[in-house]
Amino acid sequence: MRNTKIKTSKARTAFNIVNYIILTLFAIICLLPMLHVLFASFSDPNWLNTKSGLILWPKGFNLEGYRLVFSNAQLIRGYLNTFLYVGASTVLGLLITVIGAYVLSRRDLLWGNTIMLLISFTMLFSGGIVPSYIVMQKLHLLNTRWAVILPSCVSTFNLILMRTGFSAVPKELEESARLDGAGDLVVIFQVLLPLVKATVATVALYYIIGHWNEWFQASMYLQDRELYPLQLVLREILIINDTTSTAAAATSAANATANMDVYKQLVKYCTIIVSSAPIIIVYPFVMKYFESGVMVGSIKG
Amino acid sequence: MGTKQKKFTRTAIVKDWRKNKKRYLLLLPLILYFIVFSYLPMGGIVMAFCDYKPKLGIFGSLVNRFVGFQNFTDFFQSFYFGRLLKNTIILNGLNLLISFPLTILVALLINEVGNKLFKKTVQTISYLPYFISMVVVCGIVVDFCKSTGLLGTLMTAITGKTQNLLGVAGYWRTIYIGSGLWQGLGFGTILYIAALSGVDQTLYEAAQIDGAGYLKQMWHVTLPGIRPTIVITLILQVGMLMASSYEKTILMYNSQIYETADIIASYVYRKGLLDGDYSFSTAVGLFNSVINLALLTITNKISKKYTETSLF
Repeated sequence: MRNTKIKTSKARTAFNIVNYIILTLFAIICLLPMLHVLFASFSDPNWLNTKSGLILWPKGFNLEGYRLVFSNAQLIRGYLNTFLYVGASTVLGLLITVIGAYVLSRRDLLWGNTIMLLISFTMLFSGGIVPSYIVMQKLHLLNTRWAVILPSCVSTFNLILMRTGFSAVPKELEESARLDGAGDLVVIFQVLLPLVKATVATVALYYIIGHWNEWFQASMYLQDRELYPLQLVLREILIINDTTSTAAAATSAANATANMDVYKQLVKYCTIIVSSAPIIIVYPFVMKYFESGVMVGSIKG
Repeated sequence: MGTKQKKFTRTAIVKDWRKNKKRYLLLLPLILYFIVFSYLPMGGIVMAFCDYKPKLGIFGSLVNRFVGFQNFTDFFQSFYFGRLLKNTIILNGLNLLISFPLTILVALLINEVGNKLFKKTVQTISYLPYFISMVVVCGIVVDFCKSTGLLGTLMTAITGKTQNLLGVAGYWRTIYIGSGLWQGLGFGTILYIAALSGVDQTLYEAAQIDGAGYLKQMWHVTLPGIRPTIVITLILQVGMLMASSYEKTILMYNSQIYETADIIASYVYRKGLLDGDYSFSTAVGLFNSVINLALLTITNKISKKYTETSLF
């Protein structure tokens, strides 16, 4: 782009060609595993079980795997649990973050910097998993839905992001509202929030993606399978390969006469697609918020 | 320091409280959150210095079963210490050594693309894997690495051995780092591409007038232009060296490959939560956190001295 004035040399052209080839290959490598899984999920299960190597196009068109996935009660429950966890945790976390970030962005607060420092310190050092587990135990939160909703509902990174957002708003806007007698909450939600809505969207998205993908805390704090979020169910189906969960997927399908082992592989691929689709579909539309989040975060460190 | 002490005088505190008490009230949920979920567990670290018995509680255990540094010396003298330390450092060190420069390189390549549509397409596709959950990525890796899986059969063709790749200790680091690159390399470039767009374009013109060739421009203009970003990211990544994602390890490793796959964090998880050895596990975790904090502080100091860029 910047070389428009200067004649493009031969070396430059050669570089461009090599560059386009490298990046095309890079994009293909990123895409292929996902396409492989997607195509496999529509393929004929018998063919799939004998097929080795990359799948570049589905063999046949088969929705049986998806039918089995959607009749897996545990997966559906996992989905519903995750919606609940993501919703509750994001709303709660966002409220605490926005209000807290606003207060901490005010310069005239005597203890503001001290509090911010203590909060930032938690990014560098933590008690570790066992002490956290003991705290949850003492609070009687183990094996409850709160054990998934509460512990990670606020992220320090997001708090800093939000605080930076509030700091960037000119002071005059707030002051004029103050003269009209507005309190802190009115200032936050009616005056400032519309001005920092891009940052709020970014923070909300980070929370949503984080909670959607969360499995580790849930695996530590939950024993009751009824409470499992989607990711824990997925872990059983895809990784632990727990016989009971795949068997559950199989038996819940009406035709138990079919040899369900045949479908095992197919069901795995369909599960991957079903569980990743919501995020993948939404992703292109929210990309710009992630980009801006990374940038703001990088400026502030 | 002197001014700081003056700032917190009794009158200042009283005045601040009168003026801002409503604000502090608004801050309460946030403060409570960090006290309960960050600082209480930090206090729980004292467990590392006693032999914790749930019946006695933390204070009871601390008073009646205080053991000093026994848990630490036990760990240092244990058979696993050397292996865990080695695995943690090699895995994370290699990961940093490979993915850090590669991310910058790919960002530079993407930045050189003139065609906007092509650029946007490459970016969109390469960011995509980042949005797939860790569990699913590991699920895909597990599937590909099976003896009948995509990579499993490929390796059978190359080596002649039919085996589950995740059962071979020698492959673990490659699988770990490779899957990490697949998931994170594209998304990691965002930061640098943003920084690259901020490099002063007139510097390139000046360099061209001086007769600087293409590579020279990259070396003398582009890289110095994004140096603060590079340095900050490096500090953060070195600081995270010991704390980097153990989730992937816990999801994919198995006892067959502990020899290369078991790291301090996964050992803490196994000892503490699966075996219930709370105090010992807390001590090992604390060791890991302290090393990590030290690494971060040292890198930050070095960077402050030589590049005048620092995190804090």
